Amino acid sequence: MMVLLQLLLSFVQIGLYSFGGGYAALPLIQYQVVDLHKWLTVQEFADVITISQMTPGPIAINAASFVGRKVAGLPGSIVATFGNVLPSLIIVLILAALFARYRSLKVMDGILYGLRPAVVGLIASAGLAILFLALLGDQNFPTTLETLSLFAVILFAFGFTITKFKKINPIFIIIGSGVVTVLASLAGMKI
Amino acid sequence: MEDQKLADPSQLSKAKLFWTLFSTTFTLSAFTFGGGYVIVPLMREAFVEKLRWVDENEMIDLIAIAQSAPGPIAVNTSIHVGYKIARIPGALFTLLGSVLPPLITLTIISYIYYAIRDNKIVQTLFFGMSVGVAVVILDAVIMMAKTVFKQKDFLSPIIMVVAFVTIYFFKVNVVLIIFGSAIVGAIAHLVFHKGGKR
Repeated sequence: MMVLLQLLLSFVQIGLYSFGGGYAALPLIQYQVVDLHKWLTVQEFADVITISQMTPGPIAINAASFVGRKVAGLPGSIVATFGNVLPSLIIVLILAALFARYRSLKVMDGILYGLRPAVVGLIASAGLAILFLALLGDQNFPTTLETLSLFAVILFAFGFTITKFKKINPIFIIIGSGVVTVLASLAGMKI
Repeated sequence: MEDQKLADPSQLSKAKLFWTLFSTTFTLSAFTFGGGYVIVPLMREAFVEKLRWVDENEMIDLIAIAQSAPGPIAVNTSIHVGYKIARIPGALFTLLGSVLPPLITLTIISYIYYAIRDNKIVQTLFFGMSVGVAVVILDAVIMMAKTVFKQKDFLSPIIMVVAFVTIYFFKVNVVLIIFGSAIVGAIAHLVFHKGGKR
């Protein structure tokens, strides 16, 4: 029981303080999970980050589910995960209600006028990082093309061309790319 | 700007409405790898283009507000979209939909991780899927950037490029970029639209 409460408190704090989402939460998770409560070793923590890059969902939730399960079984996994999103739920609902109420204020127009293009810029940055990670194995701007995967470039170009001509459900594009890659690899192609 | 007609979700029965909110966010969350901004363009595609429950500009507003709260952006955005469509019950269903897939996946993986970690086929599958994710995001970014240029003012594209460069190349904290662009927008609006429409 005590450990469930500790999990809850730890992950509520991680959720509450991780402004900026995603990797912004990493140091907070490390502090709570590795340094403070010693629920994971540093190596296990690094493994959780690796898993997070290969599985769906935000890293904080992935860490919560993984750590919770390891420390206190299924109840631990559920408690840690919902503890992690509780601050989000409350704060977003408050902001959403305020936004709906004060939407007609003139200054709100100005704020949104500034935010809209910024959000597109942020998503573009993430998109580019993911593209470079997929094609070159490193999300930073490439300085060398040595690690370039020719297969990934062709797959990307092919997929991108298809979306220009036909509206396909994104999930089919993602799964399709995975399946094609596995088949090509089994057929002996260099990936 | 209002060129596409929005569908009205309140015409649906409550059960159908909540099921659609839950199943949409659940599917997106289950198949979205890479976290962060990956799921947001996909949510735009589902709620703006497919269901037509939210219009393009509203969607960007929802994302912007969701960004100013702590926590994962994917979760925050889904909470806000759910709230926008069906108030607090809607928010609870979209939250559940977006949280359950990672919760289930990671709980299972915590049992089998060490067995599959070194499996070549699993690694190859994930690699191929990451290429597919890149296709989907770049496609969405291009469409969103077109909306920015449609505003026909000089400041919006500048804000977009500055936000992109500061986060991608200089790794500036997202919160700073969000607050900075909000302040720039508010000031610019006051200066250029003195005694404006409203």
